[in-house]
Amino acid sequence: MTMTAPDVADGRRVESVLSLRGVQKTYGGATPVHALRGVDLDIAGGELLAVVGPSGSGKSTLLHIMGTLDRPTQGEVVVDGNAVSELNDRQLSALRAGHIGFVFQSFHLLNGESALENVADGLLYTGVGATERRRLATEALDRVDLGHRSHHLASKLSGGEMQRVAVARAIVGTPTIVLADEPTGNLDSVTSDSIVALLGELNDEGITMVVITHNREIAEGFPRQVGMRDGDIEYDRR
Amino acid sequence: MTTKLKPARLGAGDLMRTSAAGLRNRRLRAALSALGIMIGIAAVVGVLGLSQSSKSDLLAQLDKLGTNLVTVQAGTGIGLGSGELPETAAPMISRINPVDAVAAISDVDANVYRSDLIPSTQSGGIQVKAVDLSLLDTLGVELADGTWLNEATARYPTAVLGAVAAERLGITDLDGHPMVWLGDEWFGVVGILEGADLAADIDRSALIGQAAAIDYLGSEEPPTKIFVRTDPAFVDDVMGVLSATANPENPEEIEVERPTDALEAREAADDTLTLLFLGLGAVALLVGGVGIANVMVISVLERRAEIGLRRALGATRRQVGAQFLAEALLLSLAGGLGGVAIGAAATAGYSRLQDWDVLIPPVAIFGGLGAALLIGAVAGLYPAVRASRLSPTEALRTT
Repeated sequence: MTMTAPDVADGRRVESVLSLRGVQKTYGGATPVHALRGVDLDIAGGELLAVVGPSGSGKSTLLHIMGTLDRPTQGEVVVDGNAVSELNDRQLSALRAGHIGFVFQSFHLLNGESALENVADGLLYTGVGATERRRLATEALDRVDLGHRSHHLASKLSGGEMQRVAVARAIVGTPTIVLADEPTGNLDSVTSDSIVALLGELNDEGITMVVITHNREIAEGFPRQVGMRDGDIEYDRR
Repeated sequence: MTTKLKPARLGAGDLMRTSAAGLRNRRLRAALSALGIMIGIAAVVGVLGLSQSSKSDLLAQLDKLGTNLVTVQAGTGIGLGSGELPETAAPMISRINPVDAVAAISDVDANVYRSDLIPSTQSGGIQVKAVDLSLLDTLGVELADGTWLNEATARYPTAVLGAVAAERLGITDLDGHPMVWLGDEWFGVVGILEGADLAADIDRSALIGQAAAIDYLGSEEPPTKIFVRTDPAFVDDVMGVLSATANPENPEEIEVERPTDALEAREAADDTLTLLFLGLGAVALLVGGVGIANVMVISVLERRAEIGLRRALGATRRQVGAQFLAEALLLSLAGGLGGVAIGAAATAGYSRLQDWDVLIPPVAIFGGLGAALLIGAVAGLYPAVRASRLSPTEALRTT
């Protein structure tokens, strides 16, 4: 598997689309759990990076905070120039709708809908009209090589196809950044290779992508790897 | 930059489509939970429709019969009178200005038989009454066959049979000039009456002329009942003076009644029943509402992942809540529409059986739908709030 890293050094895309400063997340209770202990991370536009670490290392919490699904207990998160701490819940929703795409381990497709409808749902909360949503969804399905399956019900697709639909849904709105949470976790190795390759191709087209995985092997194929351990960054390799 | 971040509106069409999809994926459950509302609305619409149809039928009936027919009778019993009216009563009453028609009838102590061979005890419960010629017009009864008595036939042994009396005697028409054995004489039947809705006693009687009663049966009884038809505008006024006019000496012995009052009383009794059924319908609606709330709460629990996904896709809390509220509303609307259809069909079917005009009040239809939507809104509110309060991370964790 070959992946070409975006050339950060030549200054083509240097501004940071996502930056974390001293991000801490503590889950309350009698014995507080420190899921994140002051994480600093900058992701530049066009980057492809893997966040890798064993379960419990805090990488899922990190993804939720990067995706503004959760707020840090302390520290600052800036997404595409928007300081999360200054935004209310409605504004965060708008931020997610327009700037962030998600891919989940268990796909989270709506089984009663077709592949096309699932992808179009990625634009449901962006204010794009229904006709335009379908047009963009058709395009996105073509980009993940699933144009021929667009009218199949999501429940009738194979695991790899489901994840391709989910990827198409994540990119249909041309988000600033796509966050993938263990996108290969429910797939066999051949299928998961093809999904990783797909993510690489989309990154080649300019989409900034963060992939969270516990699988070091997969992570090693990425141009940048951020290792997590016990709620902190262990290494950041390029 | 931050000022630009405003959640996009979720159009009504998109909201409906999303909610309908949610229901489509759980068809059986959706149908069952809508059923409760459907039964309730059907009951309410049906009860209102039926009571309205029967009421309109009664009004039409009253309209036809006229509410201006009054009967005057002498009371019977100790201190109430002898049961006999003074001979002067009818002429006196006819002198009251707004009185249009008066007809006195008196009982004749005789029985009627189909032939003289029938044992005298088998009287069939048919009475014989000597009547004024004005009776037909006063009652407003039609003839089913033959003619009414006239000045001539009233003097001869001829009879007109009430509808029930004719049926009991087995005389359905006048073919072959049927005769009846009345008292100890053969009387020719010259006419058969249609049913008299306001005078059941006439239905069960053989009517003969006053003169014939005297000449052939030797019966010269005082009148027992007087039918009075008044100007509709003065019914109450006439009723007020009737007893004193009929029997100036003992007005307290006179009973003045309006037969249509009995019909109205029956309708009032029906109203009570209508209220009871409306109450039952309301209970069904309430249970239906609880059913919808229950199904929606379960739905929220089951669809946490979907809620999490929608929040990740950029749905606001309110949009998630609106989706679940809209689902509850769609459920109750479906139930309401089904209920209105069933209630209307039941009303139409039963009304046709009863020969009533089909009348489904718009208030039942729109009220029914409104009530269904209101119940849906109330039932959906709590689940919707729960869905909207779910934190996205928590919702996504449940996989």
